[in-house]
This record gives sequence, structure tokens and C-alpha cells, in this order.
Amino acid sequence: MRTLNRKLVRDLWRMRFQALAIALVVASGVGLLIMSLSSVEALEETAAAYYERYRFGEVFATVKRAPQRLSGRIADIPGVQAVETRIVKLATLDMPGLAEPVIGRLVSIPERGPPALNRLSLRAGRTVVAGRPDEVVVSEPFAEAHGLGPGDSIGAILNGHRRTLDIVGVALSPEYVYAIAPGAWTPDDKRYGILWMGREALAAAFDLDGAFNDVSLSLQRGATVEDVIERLDDLLAPYGGTGAFSRADQISNWYVTNEIEQQRNMSAVLPTIFLAVAATLANMLLARIIAIERDEIGLLKVFGYSDLEIGWHYTKLVLAIAGLGVVLGWALGAWLGRVNTEIYAEFYRFPFLFYRPGAGAFVLAALLSVGATLFGSLTAVRQAVILPPAEAMRPPAPPMYRRGGFSMAGLGGWLDQPTRMVLRQILRWPIRSLLTTAGIGMAIAVLVVAMQWIDAIEHMVNVYFRQAQHQDMTVALAETQSSVVLRGFEALPGVLAVEPMRAVSVRFVHGHRTHRGSVQGVMPEARLSLVYDAAGAILEVPLAGLVLSTSLAKKLSVEPGEMVTVKVLEGRRPERTVPVAAVFETYIGTPAYMHMAALNRMMRERPAVNAVHLLADDVHRDELFATLKDLPNVATVMVVDAAIDAFYETLAETIMIYVSFFAAFSCTLAFGVVYNSARIALSERARELGTLRILGFTRFEISYILLGELGLLTIAALPVGCLVGYGLAWTIVTTSFDTELYRVPLVIETSTYGIAMLIVLAAAVVSAAFVRRRLDRLDLVAVLKTRE
Amino acid sequence: MLAREQSLPSEREAPIRGRALTKLYRVGEIEVRALRGVDVDLFAAELVVLLGPSGSGKSTLLNILGGLDAPTSGHAYFRDQEITAFNQSQLTRYRRDHVGFVFQFYNLMPSLTAEENVSLVTEIAARAMPAADALDLVGLGDRRAHFPAQLSGGEQQRVAIARAIAKQPDLLLCDEPTGALDSKTGILVLEAIERINRELGTTTVLITHNAIIADMADRVLALADGRIVDVRENASRRSARDLSW
Ligand SMILES: Nc1ncnc2c1ncn2[C@@H]1O[C@H](COP(=O)(O)OP(=O)(O)O)[C@@H](O)[C@H]1O
Ligand SMILES: [Mg+2]
Repeated sequence: MRTLNRKLVRDLWRMRFQALAIALVVASGVGLLIMSLSSVEALEETAAAYYERYRFGEVFATVKRAPQRLSGRIADIPGVQAVETRIVKLATLDMPGLAEPVIGRLVSIPERGPPALNRLSLRAGRTVVAGRPDEVVVSEPFAEAHGLGPGDSIGAILNGHRRTLDIVGVALSPEYVYAIAPGAWTPDDKRYGILWMGREALAAAFDLDGAFNDVSLSLQRGATVEDVIERLDDLLAPYGGTGAFSRADQISNWYVTNEIEQQRNMSAVLPTIFLAVAATLANMLLARIIAIERDEIGLLKVFGYSDLEIGWHYTKLVLAIAGLGVVLGWALGAWLGRVNTEIYAEFYRFPFLFYRPGAGAFVLAALLSVGATLFGSLTAVRQAVILPPAEAMRPPAPPMYRRGGFSMAGLGGWLDQPTRMVLRQILRWPIRSLLTTAGIGMAIAVLVVAMQWIDAIEHMVNVYFRQAQHQDMTVALAETQSSVVLRGFEALPGVLAVEPMRAVSVRFVHGHRTHRGSVQGVMPEARLSLVYDAAGAILEVPLAGLVLSTSLAKKLSVEPGEMVTVKVLEGRRPERTVPVAAVFETYIGTPAYMHMAALNRMMRERPAVNAVHLLADDVHRDELFATLKDLPNVATVMVVDAAIDAFYETLAETIMIYVSFFAAFSCTLAFGVVYNSARIALSERARELGTLRILGFTRFEISYILLGELGLLTIAALPVGCLVGYGLAWTIVTTSFDTELYRVPLVIETSTYGIAMLIVLAAAVVSAAFVRRRLDRLDLVAVLKTRE
Repeated sequence: MLAREQSLPSEREAPIRGRALTKLYRVGEIEVRALRGVDVDLFAAELVVLLGPSGSGKSTLLNILGGLDAPTSGHAYFRDQEITAFNQSQLTRYRRDHVGFVFQFYNLMPSLTAEENVSLVTEIAARAMPAADALDLVGLGDRRAHFPAQLSGGEQQRVAIARAIAKQPDLLLCDEPTGALDSKTGILVLEAIERINRELGTTTVLITHNAIIADMADRVLALADGRIVDVRENASRRSARDLSW
């Protein structure tokens, strides 16, 4: 077998470019798979280790004000391991250079010793000390966004009092891996930051001596989260508890979990495409080699090589190509995995990153890709194996060209000879033509899928911000207030229109399914903040009953007409059974709406608000911001334009990185397919084309005969690719991106198809140019001498 | 006693035998009878020439005896074993250890050197001689490292012969080995075959439609229309060197 191996090596070297083209497609699939798997692994491991090391709480609750002694009774709840009570408040920060109010979330930490739960990972400086009430530790992303560090100070309004806070440290916390302001839906590190302050200092500032308004618990092994939450809610209810929730519902962790989930779903779809194409290419190449080597195969059998040995010989060829692809893919995957994880690390702030891709992902990717290419080449290898030795010694029957063919008869008169040759060649190998078209189509599809993310995001921004939010800003109040406050806002400088917003914390219960969320009141004639469904229609909210997002309805397993129990977690804590009036499709979160009047009725309250939408005159904007900063009851100010900017800033860059990755992958795919097909066609037709050259055809004419075929197949692939791209995008959107957090709409702009087609066309032209160079150097004498 | 036996081959049990071999090819509606009942014996160390016009069934017969093809009916034997009863792997073993083939088109692997082309076979055969020795036997010892493209047609065919005999086969089957060569080169190739037959005592069958070549045989079997129509024993073999056409 040694000599046979030598033949193998020489054969491989002879077709190294083709082998490389296939290997690159394999490598893309392997790389993508490893990227997804290792990112998932890295995120999971990092989060787990971070949570563990810094004692991230497992149950969380907020109250209005509870006496510190309650902490002992909380600790007595069966299953509770550690209790950490805190004071958590929002404050307006005065950041130089930003007119609008910046929101600081003040979180207490003990002045002596580390907290029992939710410890800080100090990145710079030190923690606060007793007796220095102005000291704070700030969150790292916020510090970075403003260029702050230990020694700097910031102005803040705490409970109506202007203070200057001294930064002594910069830190990260497992609680704020994804730091998102209340009401926002992307992090905005410029306008929202976490500030840790001494417990005593914070208590003094907010008149909460001997009291707390936030509690975190860790649980003993085997404790039931639901039971603990129920008991905790009972204990906290008299003190204004708004319902405890588990780590799964903790906002930062929830985002991280969703991301991991989505990444995991993604890991299935795209690598599959690449491996399928690689398998097809391997099959095409091998089928061609085996066709060329018919004699040699027959001869080997004549010598007494067994079918198994011959099958194995050709299998090794495929293995070598797949092996090269796997090795390249491993390197690519390790690199991509790191890049991907680092991109995550920008959004999700971990103090350390475990990127130690396990052997598992690499082995799995190798097995899958080798398996796929082997499977793809199976039929070709079988051809070699079943070839009877005597048969192999006879030349293959010349292929049957059909005279005329289906459309040739009619067109015959119009077409010149070279064009007829092109068409006949396509008709002669219909399956191969089909596979080539499909392969090029896949390249387009991959691009369409990548770029539809841009379209989808643009669409979401349009629906969520530009169409739905006509207000300039939304001011969230620190506490729910009677709607009389609206008049006060109307009187603020530059305010043109005011609209109330009311959201109530509730727990939905349907059967054994529950969801902790909120019901938002909808004004019947809202003009500033409208609710749109995914189809772009304004949501109609009936006078009675709930309107649920389909995602929430699915989670609760309810349908319109059924009843849902709504346990209100604030105010008088009424518990009502409310019919589901309708469901509607939305992209983000799991919202629930009610008519404002119905909400007030349910709450047994006079009209109340907890946020106010403002339409304001640009001229007076700075004045308005200045006034808002001083208002005691203002918790946050969400400026719509700034939110859009923040959204683009966080997403646009990342999306562009991914899109360029995919553009590269899809070019590899197109190149692999076109180059391979062209080389196979060239090997089949070198004699024919050489003869034509001798007969006096020009280089251009013979290039046309060979490459015209590919050109036609590429053009045929354009609509196919767009269609497959749409289908693929649909599949990904409905499977991978259907998380509780958000659903990506299926929106593909016409320009996306256009760009995808142009990129793939360019890749096809480049690979054709490679083959064209070979054609130009066609050695006419050698061509005629070689036996086929 | 022994010498007498060798001079009278028909009295001995032949190591390779065909009995009532027929071969029917069916192509669509048309049936082609390539062999119509052939009985044949091949004796140890003899050189047999199979003579006949194109399409008379020579290759078909050779392929059946070499274990490449199965007859439609009839039996073929190698020593005490029935070739026609072999399964695929037994056929493979038979070809691997006992039969050497030479074809009209030399059928060398273009990506392997002369020596490597021979090694391809010596590596798997049971009693192979070194590839270099086989090349020496055909007078190409100094061309070992050359690729087929660097060899003339006659040289390529001699490499093919070296490849066929390197395994020291019991049966050497040559299907028109000179068909693609001019007479001078053809004679060089025939000399190589003759030398193998003489020095190694390999039973050799040589297909040709060139009657002059028949003079170098111990026996000449003439085929026509799928039947053996004549068996002639040459009183004395002419040396290949003395042939010309
Ligand atoms: N695979 C085949 N299918 C159909 N007919 C065949 C096949 N092989 C050989 N034949 C026919 O069998 C006959 C004998 O062929 P062959 O043994 O090759 O003749 P020879 O070698 O004497 O020229 C011929 O008529 C040939 O056309
Ligand atoms: Mg023949």
C-alpha cells in the first residue's frame, strides 16, 4: 500500500487548488461550529464561575421599606442559606458634557467586610470605608464611558440633596453583567451607571436607618425556589414587597441566558449548510477522479487489489481533504471563538473570561465534517468499488448527447455553435448542473441570512422608536403618584404635550404556569406613545380584559377567551381573574396591556402614573433637563434619540463584524463551488477544447464555451439563492431567535438580495478568472497526447 | 521419464483448464455470443499463442481464465480449484498471487515512476521479487526512476511486463501486448515475454492477431467466432529476435 499512498500524495498535489477549495468550505463549517460551541461553553463557564466566586444571589426582592430585624425571619425560611439586605436607590447624576440627566443606581455595600452575597470584583482602587459617607465605587463600564477613576468625583442628587461623591474604586458585579437601565432595552453606559455606596451613608441619605428596601438570598442545596419565593413574598408583603423572583428572572442573568440559548440554536443551522456543500463538492470531485481513473481502478483490481483496498484508497483522498479542512477549521474556529467571546465580553461585563475551548467542540466538529464529506463521497467511492475489473479496461461509452434537447430545436437557429455546446453540456450533466447551482445559491443564501439582521434591526428601530414613540423623552417616577402630577409636568419649560404611563408589577398565573411581569395601561387616545403589533398596526385595547403578547400567552399557555389570574404585587395587592381579550405579536419581551381605565379599576385606585411621556420644544431642552434633574420624584429620564443612538452603537458594530465574517464565508463557498465545477469541466473537456483551439477557435471562444456554462449556472443560482436565503432566514428567525427576550422580525430589503447577489457574482468571477488563466495556458500538444 | 513428460504435454494434467466455456453478452435486444463452448488446457511452463480475428472472443477467454470475468456457462479450473466457483475475495486472491496481466495499452499509473508501478504489485503479492529485479529482467534497470511520460511506448510496455511478472505468477496473460507498437519495439517486448517464460517457467498466454508471432509459441490456439477452430503444436519455437513483420 505504500506505493498507492505515494500515488495518493501526488494526485492530491496535482489537484491541490481544488482540494484546498473544498478544504476551505469544510474549514468554514468547522470554524463556525467551533465558534458557536466554544462561545456557548465560554459564556456558560464564565458566568457559572463568576456567579459562584462572587456569590451571586439566587432569589431577589424589593420592598418599600422593611425593618432590619425582618432579616432574621427571612433567614429562618427553610432552604435559605444566606441573606443580604441592602438599600438600592436611583439618583440623578450630573455628568459634565451631558445635558440630560444621567441615572445612577446606588447600591449599598457594608462598610466593614465584604457582603454575604453579590460581591464586587474590584478593578481599581479600593472599596468604601466607614465614616466617609461620600465615597463610592463605580461600575467599570460607566467609569470607562466617562473616563472616570479613583480620585475623581461626580455630582449627584440624592433624595433631593445635591452631593459630591468621591470615587474610590471601580468594580464589576455579577448582578450587572448586563447593566440595563429600568425601561431601557440596551445598555447605555454613558447614561446609566451603578454606584456602590456604604450602607450607613446610603441609609442616612434616604432616611432608611435600620431598614432595607432590597434583599438577596442564596439557597441551600435542594431547596425549592418557588417555596422560598412564596414565603418571602408573605414576609415582605406588609412592607410593600413587589414580588420576589429567582435568578432566572434577574434581568442581567436573563439576558446572558438568552444569549447563550440563541448562540446554541445558531450552532446547528449554518455549519450544516457548509458541511452539506462540502459533502457535495467532495462527491463531485471524487466522481470525476474516479471517472478519469477508471482504467487505473480496473488495473488495480486486475493486480489483485481487493474492493475494500480500492474503496479505502479513494476514501483516504477524501479524508485527506476533509482532514486539511478540519485542521484549518480548528485554527479558524479557535480564533473566531475568541473573537466572538471577546465581542460578548464587551456587552456582558465579566471580570475574567474563561475561553478554554474544550476538546469536545473540536472533536465533534471534526467528526461531523469528516462524516459529512465521507457520506457525500460514498456514492462516488461505490462507483469505484463496483467497477468490474474487465469492464474497467474498456473505455467508458461516449456520453449520449441528446440532439435538440427540449428547447434546442426551437432555438437552434438562433444559437451559435459555442452557445449550443454550453447548453448541451448543462443538459448532459443535469444533476451536476443542479448541484453547482444549488452550491452557488447557498452562498447567496448565507449572505442574505447574515444581512437580514441589519434589515431586521432597522425595522425594529423603526417600529419601536420612530413609529411608536413620538415623545421626546419618558420620565419615570420614583414612586407611583396620582395623575395630578401631570399638570406639574405640563408647566415645565418647553413641554408641549404630556401623556401618562402606568405599569403595575404583577404575577400572572394560569394553571401551574406563572410569569412575573407587569401590566401596562394604554390610553385610548394616546398620541405620544403608541403600541404597535408586529404587523405595524396600532394595538386596539378593549375596555375590559387583557391583551397579551403572543410570547407571554405561549408561556402561560392561554388563548383568547380564557381567564388568567393576575396577582398585583403593589398597592393594595388585589388578586383578580381577568379574561384574555386578545393576543398580539411583538418582537421584544413579553408585554401585557390593559385599557388604562380597566387597570385603574383593577387596582381600585384613582388614576395614577409611574411615568410621563413628554413632547418638548428643542429650544428649551437644556432648561428642561436642568429642571428635571432637580425634581425629587424623577427616577430616570429616557431620551428617545439617545436611546436610538445607544442601540445602534451597541449593535451596529457587532452586526458589521458578523456580516463581514459571513461575507467571507459565503465568498469561500461561492469560490469553492465555482472553482471546483470549472476545474472538473476543464478536466473533462481539455481535449475537446484543445481540439477546438487547433481548429482555430480563439482563447476567448473556448473560455466562453467552458465558463459560459458556469456563468449560466451562476445566473440561475441568483433567484434560487434569494429564495433559499429567505427560507433559511425564516427558519433561523423562527427557531433560533424565538427567545423570551426577543423575536427577530423576518424583514429582508430588496437591496439585501441585490448586495448578496453582487458579492457572490464577484466571487464567481474571481474563481472563473483563475480557471481562465489555466485555459489560456492549455498545452495543445499535451492535450492531444493524453489518453482519456 | 520427466523429460518425456514435458515433451508430451497432452498426457499430463494441465494446471489451468477451461471446460465448455460460453459467454453471452446481451446489449438491449441483441445477443452477442463471444464464446460458444471452449475447452482449453494450459500446461506448466508452456507459451501459448491465441490467434484470431478481432471479435473472435480472445480477450473474453483470457479474462475468464484470469479471473476477471465470469462465463455464462462452463467451468474453469486452476490446479484443483474451480475458478468459476470463486467468490469475489477468492478471485481477488487468485489474481493477486497467481496471475500476471499485460494489456495492449500499457496502463501504467501516470503519477508513479517505473519502479513504483512495479512496487504497486509486489507490495501485495505473496512471492514477489524486488521491483528492481523485475525491471532488470525486462532490461529497464536504469529507468526505474522515470515516470511513464518519460518512457517510450515499448519501454512502457516492458514496465507493464515487469509489473506483471514481478509477483512470479503461475500464469502470465498478455492481451495484444504489441498491438500498439511498431515491429522493432514489439519484438523487444516479445523478447522480454519469452525470457520470462524461459527463465521463470511461467505459463504464458499471448493474444495476437499477427500470425507471425505464433511462431514463437509452443502451441497455437486459433479462435474464430467464439470457438477454438485449430490447435497446432510448433515442433520448435522460433526466438522472438528472429521474427519480423
Ligand atoms: N461488455 C461487452 N458487451 C457486449 N459485447 C461484448 C462485450 N465485450 C465483448 N463483447 C463482444 O464479444 C465479442 C468478443 O469480444 P472479445 O473477446 O473482446 O474479442 P477479441 O478480443 O477476440 O477481439 C465481440 O463481438 C465483442 O463485441
Ligand atoms: Mg481483444
